[in-house]
Amino acid sequence: MKEYVMGNGAIALGALAAGVNLAAGYPGTPSSEIIETLSKYPHEGLHLEWSVNEKAAMEVAAAAAYSGARALVTMKQVGLNVASDPLMSLAYVGVKGGMVIVSADDPGPISSQTEQDTRRFADFCRIPVFDPSSPEEAYGMIQDAFEYSEKYKTPVLFRPTTRVCHAYAAIDVNKGYEPKKYEGFVKDSKKWVIFPGLSYRNHGLIEERNVRIGKDMSDYRYNSVEGKGSVRAVAASGISYAYARECLKDIDDIRLIRVAVSYPFPDDFVAEALDGIKEVLCFEELSPYIEEQLLKLAGRKHLDIDVHGKLDGSVPHNGELSVEIIKSVLNKVYGMDLSGSQADLTDMPDLPVRPPVLCAGCPHRASFYAVKQAAKGREAFYCGDIGCYTLGNAMPLDMVDTCLCMGAGITMAQGFDHMHKDSVSFAFVGDSTFFASGMTGVVNAVYNEADIILCVLDNSTTAMTGHQPHPGTGRNMMGNVVDKIDIAKVLEGIGVSRVVTVDPFELDRSIEVIKECMEEKGVKAVIFKSPCIAISRPSGKYAVDPDKCINCKKCVREIGCPAITLNDGCITIDRSQCTGCGLCSQVCPVGAINEEQIK
Amino acid sequence: MNKDIIICGVGGQGTVLASKIIAAAFSEEGHRVHSAETIGMAQRGGSVVSHVRIGEEAFSPLIPYGNADILLGFEPAEAVRNLKYLKKDGTAIVNTTATMPVTEALKESGYSADKMTEYIRDRYETVFVDADEVARQFGSNKFFNIVMLGVAAGSGRLGIDTGILEETVRRNVPAKYADINLEAFRKGFTTGNAVNHN
Repeated sequence: MKEYVMGNGAIALGALAAGVNLAAGYPGTPSSEIIETLSKYPHEGLHLEWSVNEKAAMEVAAAAAYSGARALVTMKQVGLNVASDPLMSLAYVGVKGGMVIVSADDPGPISSQTEQDTRRFADFCRIPVFDPSSPEEAYGMIQDAFEYSEKYKTPVLFRPTTRVCHAYAAIDVNKGYEPKKYEGFVKDSKKWVIFPGLSYRNHGLIEERNVRIGKDMSDYRYNSVEGKGSVRAVAASGISYAYARECLKDIDDIRLIRVAVSYPFPDDFVAEALDGIKEVLCFEELSPYIEEQLLKLAGRKHLDIDVHGKLDGSVPHNGELSVEIIKSVLNKVYGMDLSGSQADLTDMPDLPVRPPVLCAGCPHRASFYAVKQAAKGREAFYCGDIGCYTLGNAMPLDMVDTCLCMGAGITMAQGFDHMHKDSVSFAFVGDSTFFASGMTGVVNAVYNEADIILCVLDNSTTAMTGHQPHPGTGRNMMGNVVDKIDIAKVLEGIGVSRVVTVDPFELDRSIEVIKECMEEKGVKAVIFKSPCIAISRPSGKYAVDPDKCINCKKCVREIGCPAITLNDGCITIDRSQCTGCGLCSQVCPVGAINEEQIK
Repeated sequence: MNKDIIICGVGGQGTVLASKIIAAAFSEEGHRVHSAETIGMAQRGGSVVSHVRIGEEAFSPLIPYGNADILLGFEPAEAVRNLKYLKKDGTAIVNTTATMPVTEALKESGYSADKMTEYIRDRYETVFVDADEVARQFGSNKFFNIVMLGVAAGSGRLGIDTGILEETVRRNVPAKYADINLEAFRKGFTTGNAVNHN
């Protein structure tokens, strides 16, 4: 049966074909659709969860793998930082059932904080990493990853990149779902309890094992050598291999070497593939990993070969690669003449800039606006966090002074407070981020006597990554309705002195509440509660009365709603975008914006 | 057959569904199809572009510059932004109504749709349609993307069986809106067909 799916869908279907027993993850672009796809195909008998964060997902899965079951963990690359504590130890302990950790890298970065490389993490943890170059391959490769994990009793990493995750292809789905039969956990404290002695012993064993895996991977089915070139070669992995293949499809005198598992490096395969080659050009995104392995290999085997790539300045270090970049590097380094057949595109007219913005009717806009109004005239620091609300940084709101990583807004606001006692420090955190890594930061604030105002932007979903449920939503991925974890009660339990819940679209009330909080010492919390516009789909509409509008443009200048536009110099509201939130009508100084009456 | 189609516009215009339908229809006809989408942060009102690649020789999920046979532009400035993908002898099928970001509208020198269409017309074979106007007849901009799909089909450039395309539209929209979507598709088809014969 053919299924036309995204790369992430292919990974999910491959995991089902491998009989995965438990899958856990935390949403993050470009990885989120893996868990979502699992929930859409038959999976009776699979435990599926959005965990509260990546560390939790890793630990839940580890226990499944200790039990002999097959476990899948999914996250984006920065999620692996959060999960690195359990992963480092787990690499020493090992597993019984297959355990595959998908960490999706995001070169560009397109929607991430960093351009880190999961292959480095694999090397750091001394565990294998699989590097798929297409959705079709990802489907097969994730099944292999489970096999190798079980064969070598180690967790393995699987690292697609954005263009593999979000590419679509028709996949031959040849197996239905049949969960693996597993033995269950067998107690053995010498094996499953990490102690210094175990780490010392296993460290040695792991290094010996990795030599064997490197040899095993030299015969791996997704390595390849193409083209008849005898002097010059290209080495690539992952999506860069797909780009290189596209560039070289009509070229015969360059040898194309593809490495499918970067760590442990398949030395024997690569040494053989390089036979006779005098120059090799490495194409890979993020870090020069393969390039470094080739240099080591060349040194160890005394190969007379020039290695080009990022380290000699031939290939850019940052950003994505593309067919165009690869062509231009091939032209420069190998003196080739590859080009497209574009028309002359000089003298292009100026194009509008379209930065991503908060949606029309987004409750975050109202929350930010209320805080901005309340804090007028005071020196204030606005610590943002990860989610749609990072977009509150854009003009005209300009309400995000810092954004570092998940949960950092709450703790950074404390640092600013300790250094600037005359100012007021705000932390903005979304509901999903609050559960993921915000709660311990609040404990820190209460314990260490910080004076901060915590603004929880509670839109009852994980919006940025595609509306996944979380502990506050009352549903989970097993399809069950569960008790909602109440953020206000959590905060009260921690000892936050004042916890107020407001509707951000009640602008005057919201401003008043913030002002009251600014007058008090200690940790205060305002929960701005209003559902994400993309899931609640309200139907009201507002319109501008042209007779009353004085064209002051305050609505445009202050709130930046994409539904408000200028039409022949007059303010108009785009009906198709307006959700009827009414924020603009509360901002308008002359009462010219009103709800449309239903006729 | 090898064919590359670039579909571009502004987040919210429905390019993703249009590309999904085109890809599914070619797949239904028995071709090997790949596609790629803009997903995540950029979707929020930003520039979006979908790549649909048909044929055995497509390895990169993204269309190389100068390789697309067709550019389906949902917005004139976005069409210009993505011309780099279009072949010299490719066809630009473009909606002529601009979607103006408010920051642009506030400037005295906001961009003009005419300047964009002129730039395209000077360089490529074109099919220009005011698809916003056509879509308005259906009372909602929700059908805009299906109108554009109809325009592309009606222009005769897609090279796919219209029956298969209509059936794919039906399968990919909510059942209760299937009829009105097909009506929008046909209206777009007639419009595209008329432009092509001018």
